[in-house]
Amino acid sequence: MSRLLAVAAFGRRALPNHWDIVALAAVLAVLAAIARAYHGIAAPLPPPDQAAVTLDYSLLPYYAVRTTLRMFAALFFSLIFTFTYATLAAKSRRWEMVLIPLLDVLQSVPILGFLSFTVTFFLGLFPGHVLGAECAAVFAIFTSQAWNMAFSFYQSLRTVPKDLDEVARGYRLTGWQKFWQLEAPYAVPGLIWNTMMSMSGGWFFVVASEAITVGDTTITLPGVGSFIAKANDAGDWNAIGMAVLTMGVVILLYDQLLFRPVIAWANKFKVELSASQDVERSWVLNLLARTHWVRGAMQPLSASFRRLSMLRLGLPPAPKVKTFNSRGASLALDVVWYALIAVLSVYALYSVVAYVATELGWADVGEVSLLTLYTLLRVVVLMALASVIWVPISVWVGLRPRWAEAVQPFAQFLAAFPVNLLFGAAVALVLTYHLNPDIWLSFLIVFGTQWYIVFNTIGGAAAFPNDLREASANFRVKGWAWWRDVILPGVAPYYLTGAITASGGSWNASIVAEWVKWKDQTVVAHGVGAYIAQATDKGDFPRIVLGVAIMSIVVTLFNRLFWRRLYAYAERRFTL
Amino acid sequence: MLDVTAPPLLEVSQVSQIFAKGSGEKGEPVLQDVSLSLRSGEIVGLLGRSGCGKSTLLRVISGLARPTGGKVTLDGKPIDGPAEGVAMVFQSFALFPWLTVLENVEIGPRAIGVSEIETRKRALKAIDTIGLDGFESAYPKELSGGMRQRVGFARALVVQPKLLLMDEPFSALDVLTAETLRTDLLDLWHEKRLAIQSILMVTHNIEEAVLMCDRILVLASHPGRIAAEIANPLPHPRDRLDPDFRNLVEKVYALMTQRPEPKPLQIGAAAGPNLGIALPRVSTNSIAGMIEEIAAPPYHGAADLPHLADSLQMEIDDLFPLGETLQLLKFAEFADADIKLTPLGRRFADMDVDQRKKVMGDQLLANLPLAAHIKRVLDERPSHRASATRFREELEDFMSEDYAERTLRAIITLGRYGELFAYDEDAQTFSYEDPT
Repeated sequence: MSRLLAVAAFGRRALPNHWDIVALAAVLAVLAAIARAYHGIAAPLPPPDQAAVTLDYSLLPYYAVRTTLRMFAALFFSLIFTFTYATLAAKSRRWEMVLIPLLDVLQSVPILGFLSFTVTFFLGLFPGHVLGAECAAVFAIFTSQAWNMAFSFYQSLRTVPKDLDEVARGYRLTGWQKFWQLEAPYAVPGLIWNTMMSMSGGWFFVVASEAITVGDTTITLPGVGSFIAKANDAGDWNAIGMAVLTMGVVILLYDQLLFRPVIAWANKFKVELSASQDVERSWVLNLLARTHWVRGAMQPLSASFRRLSMLRLGLPPAPKVKTFNSRGASLALDVVWYALIAVLSVYALYSVVAYVATELGWADVGEVSLLTLYTLLRVVVLMALASVIWVPISVWVGLRPRWAEAVQPFAQFLAAFPVNLLFGAAVALVLTYHLNPDIWLSFLIVFGTQWYIVFNTIGGAAAFPNDLREASANFRVKGWAWWRDVILPGVAPYYLTGAITASGGSWNASIVAEWVKWKDQTVVAHGVGAYIAQATDKGDFPRIVLGVAIMSIVVTLFNRLFWRRLYAYAERRFTL
Repeated sequence: MLDVTAPPLLEVSQVSQIFAKGSGEKGEPVLQDVSLSLRSGEIVGLLGRSGCGKSTLLRVISGLARPTGGKVTLDGKPIDGPAEGVAMVFQSFALFPWLTVLENVEIGPRAIGVSEIETRKRALKAIDTIGLDGFESAYPKELSGGMRQRVGFARALVVQPKLLLMDEPFSALDVLTAETLRTDLLDLWHEKRLAIQSILMVTHNIEEAVLMCDRILVLASHPGRIAAEIANPLPHPRDRLDPDFRNLVEKVYALMTQRPEPKPLQIGAAAGPNLGIALPRVSTNSIAGMIEEIAAPPYHGAADLPHLADSLQMEIDDLFPLGETLQLLKFAEFADADIKLTPLGRRFADMDVDQRKKVMGDQLLANLPLAAHIKRVLDERPSHRASATRFREELEDFMSEDYAERTLRAIITLGRYGELFAYDEDAQTFSYEDPT
């Protein structure tokens, strides 16, 4: 009855209130900004001599809109990818065998290294048009956002509570109905969290993809990223400062206007027995909830969504078959499938080797392997250093709820800032004091990634049970014993989550951070990152392929043999 | 109201369910040759302990799972997949937290394409019947357990099933709430305000079964099968304190404590030790506590099980495994609906901790072939170490993987208490090396 009542009451109060005006103004402003940016996208490529980006501060808001649109376009495609790829992997055992390992590798390889291929590909698709460059940039950002979102969605689909699944099947929901009524809603909280992380990670790729040189082709798209690149070329400190400010404002805006409301809204999708005490709130969502017009407009929308989600598409549910005699029949198909995968992967491997072998020999493989070892060393040492510094600080903060509340979002905010912003400082320091770039450039690779360690550890310390803290205080466990026996095991799973993300990010960052340019000065460290960056600059594709391939192999092995095992151990032993 | 001459509403014949092991081979049967039939107008209870396959049977009947063998028909039509005419109420309520009460109730008719207007009409009627008026736009999170389960009932009623299946519908509720819901449901049933023809409910609560059911089917495990059928002719409303009611409860208890006939040794396994005893997970503290409880007044060494269950607030799923472990270790034995301490059990009650540990160790070695086997292997090896995997695999020759794992866990707990051996969780090995 209450629903009918709500509609009736709406009729009496149909006049707009002041909240409607605020909401309307906001919507119109967004529309106008998009329209203006669209004219830029539709234009042909500017002639090479005409600068696409100037260091004119008044254009920064426009650049910010262009960059943000790119990021949201990438986000849109990431969501489509997530819904299809992850669903296919979760629903089909055979696809799962291929798609999940693939996703795992894609997640751990340094995507930045592939940038040169995708740029060439998309420019070829739309010759002489900005759209090709736009697509390349959006695709680069997409590759930084999609994998963890797809993984999160896949994991949610696989862990749908058994009883809810039985309800859906028992009340005969079709595949389509079940997806929208059960599976997608259940996955929402995890997906939103991963989407936010992806947005932060995306900034790094914005900077890398808006201004990129592959051999003779130089692409500059108007945006904050190319603005930073231009400022680096010109050695303009003020421009860097303005770029940081712009980024800060943009992040704050989409966080407050989009993610906070979505998180607050997504509370209802959490499967928990009781309403939790601290519910995320959002002033924007409250504002929207108070407006009459917006609510009025939303009601038919949600009703039609519900109708759409209840269409009887797909097959009616079948009984679960997991008895032993059902297995034999599909065995033959399995064999065919395995063989197909094996043939395809051997062919892929062969074509990569054949391509690289046209110009390069074993000596190059040896050289790149050695360089990869250097970068590995750099990543390991810097991760260790960042952990030693940040874990104690994060624990200290995390155990103080009021501090944690303020610092945690701030660390998340910092994680978005790309390392390129520090190039000027790095080059100046290295050259002025004649420092060894192999050592001092290393710090750049954890610049953007250390924050993952910080905010995850803070989260872990904040979640540490109070009774264990009181018990250790009561028995006067202090000093090193307290760290070793009490808090470090307590935060270990959280810390490792952060460290794994940070480690992956650091490999990507090495491609940018081992070869640094500021004005006309270049500082290079030895490492596979610099190797790939230099090869990209020259358009030397066989070297790019070799560098990326070896780096990918090492990163995948590093993850499998080290991080994965460590995490499994921590999860088994230290999860409270 | 029971029409004996009419053809049965539900017919389950010779149903077996065998799950595949992780390795793909055929595992221990969960259900073996289960046959039962339900007529229109009766409430039938499936009573059994955890692991006897009663929930599996319910899922086979509902069409959620396909049996390995046998047939299920509803109104003469074979059930092959989730069927019209069957609705289920879940122990965990299983409500969609992102849907309101009304939306949760509407999900069944909407799924099969009933028009929105008709759905709304039926949903509001079901909500009214079940006493949920005023909560239509609430989310499940805002409701108490009792109200949530009412939503579960309304959701089932709205699809107008002939057969209502209930999987321990009251066991997640507190005592008072559960009783209110039971009597409300019985009232609706007897006033014929439910369009349901028959109810089949799974329970592990003996008193609940005697209170609600017209017939009680007792399931036994290893493999799951129907061990006994008890008719319950007591008139409604039933009174828990009525002597006839108490007698029936006693009778069911006695049926359920009957010692299962010893399992024949499997061919080929005869050479090794007989490891075919599956152990439940019980804590050594509850073993000691139970012995002390029975030894003390008012029981003085022999306790009436329904009474004991009541005073300890234990469900049979806790009580029976504990009692059986006591019986296995020769501390106590069942006699009809009673549990009686042996002389050893009486002495155990008065011992201090060290003596108890010693006695426990001796009883384990004497009565559990698995304990003796582990000790022998450790003795034989020069290193005095043995991997848990080895014993797990040996156990899996006799029982399913789950039971093997549980049995191993139980023997680790008991063996540690009896100081027979040490166990290192990280290395997953048995040894004699406790820290000194």
